[in-house]
Amino acid sequence: MSVLCLVEHDGDGVGEASLRALSFARRLAATSDEGLAALCVGEPGDQTVRILADYGVDELHPVAGSAFESFAPVAWARAVLELAAALPATAVVAAGTDRGNEVMAHAGALSGLTMVANCFEATRVDEGCVHLTRQRWAGSLIEEARLESTTALLTVAFDGVAAEPAFQPSDVRVHGFTPTLNEQDLRVQVAEFRARDAGVSLADARVVVGGGRGVGSAEGFTIIEELAGLLGGAVGVSRAVTSLGWRSHSQQVGQTGTRIAPDLYLVCGISGATQHLAGCQSAKHVVAINTDPDAPIIMRADYAVIGDLNEIIPALVNAIRARA
Amino acid sequence: MVGATILITPDGQDIDTRHLGFTISPHEECAVEEAVRIVESHGGTVSVLTLGPSEAVEQLRDAAATGASQLIHLKTDGREWDPITTAQAIVESVRAREAAAGPYDLILFGNEAPDSGDYQVAIRVAHLLSRDCVSGAKHIELSDARARVRREHRGGDEFFELDLPAVVSVKEGINLPRYPSLPGRMRAKKAAIDVSEPRWRAGALHKERLSVPRTTRERAELLGTGVAAVPALVELLVTLGVLG
Repeated sequence: MSVLCLVEHDGDGVGEASLRALSFARRLAATSDEGLAALCVGEPGDQTVRILADYGVDELHPVAGSAFESFAPVAWARAVLELAAALPATAVVAAGTDRGNEVMAHAGALSGLTMVANCFEATRVDEGCVHLTRQRWAGSLIEEARLESTTALLTVAFDGVAAEPAFQPSDVRVHGFTPTLNEQDLRVQVAEFRARDAGVSLADARVVVGGGRGVGSAEGFTIIEELAGLLGGAVGVSRAVTSLGWRSHSQQVGQTGTRIAPDLYLVCGISGATQHLAGCQSAKHVVAINTDPDAPIIMRADYAVIGDLNEIIPALVNAIRARA
Repeated sequence: MVGATILITPDGQDIDTRHLGFTISPHEECAVEEAVRIVESHGGTVSVLTLGPSEAVEQLRDAAATGASQLIHLKTDGREWDPITTAQAIVESVRAREAAAGPYDLILFGNEAPDSGDYQVAIRVAHLLSRDCVSGAKHIELSDARARVRREHRGGDEFFELDLPAVVSVKEGINLPRYPSLPGRMRAKKAAIDVSEPRWRAGALHKERLSVPRTTRERAELLGTGVAAVPALVELLVTLGVLG
């Protein structure tokens, strides 16, 4: 018996969200003395296998075959279910990424099993029952629940779990496996992928300069862009700003926008609605510039400057230029 | 989390909604707008369906004001529905309508609910109806009974090709929803609503309790006020390693 974790990798590395899912899955497996198995699609490089050993994976099952060259969510779900039945797995865990949630939802639909998203703690109660703690309302509330299921299908809340290697690395046994697919499973697949030459991407930026309604106008973002450029970062905006049409939705930080995890989030003129804060929970340091000393963002921030960003940011840009 | 105070009912089972207002959530609002735009350029009609308590009628009327013509309310008693039962109730309603009027070319959903964040009702509906499904759409293009769907993936765009009829869940940002016009809102007030009451069934997930996370955060350290704080801000950026 084991807990199976779906790992998203790119040959040589494992995504941060998958490392968090592995940490979650390993803790669940420990509550019932089960092994930790992993499934990945595509050949894992040596580096990937080493990382999985650090995270305590006992068995790795790479899925190969021409059917898996383009991402096909139903085919991935079939692979997950077939491997889960063969092991057998008492729980299947995936990262709370778009792909992780999508594949697990298909696995739930194909099998009729319940799929629970946004989990951050799981403990086996007995055979057929897991106690779960999961985020509701993007982390504003916590739900504790019991899941009664022969196989628990779970995805992990990105902001709720830290990536922690195992106490001792494991010896990973690698067994490739080819799932049985039918034509239907490949009907929906990526027909084309186009990379964007976007400069620093918001999701991966080390520094994000955020602008909200307080910026005052679409033109007001020129100076925010300039500051982000000077700091080697990206611009993020609040939902109010995209609703006003000042900036594109691709720059929106929040529950329904991009979730960011920078070293520094410099938030200017954003009050800090729950929807926005849900997108920056993983920021290491938050510095807020706001006219309102009682704005929710001041509670979330580590440092604050009270005042009008339209005076402070130009002065900050000048001060940074003067240093160069 | 800071930003809003959410009250929980004394039994720890639900949010105390007595003093709350409701709106269509962001992804769904965009799904309604997308449906209306598709019909504006390709013809047809937009039907809007919601499963929820009697208050959900207001959201149906908002959708009607935007341009939906058929309003369907699967009325509940306020209990929480799990994604499996929700999908089954939607499919039952869809099947009944399709038996009379032929298949919906496209069934749109919001990518995930802001409260439970289940990410799966659209996918479950698609499987029950044996239709193709793509989630997280940021663009939909229709031609010759096919849909080309674009979505974001790791700093790029993925494209999918689907045969209609199909199911697509959309994300906020696919469009900028309009403000309903005054005539639209007047019309919506009088629009007929088709109400039915599907049966609630317990799922495999049993909620024990809800709670508000404890926060140990303290207020931010104040660096200063106005432009006088700029030197302290620069110093902080150096300390954090952002400036050399």
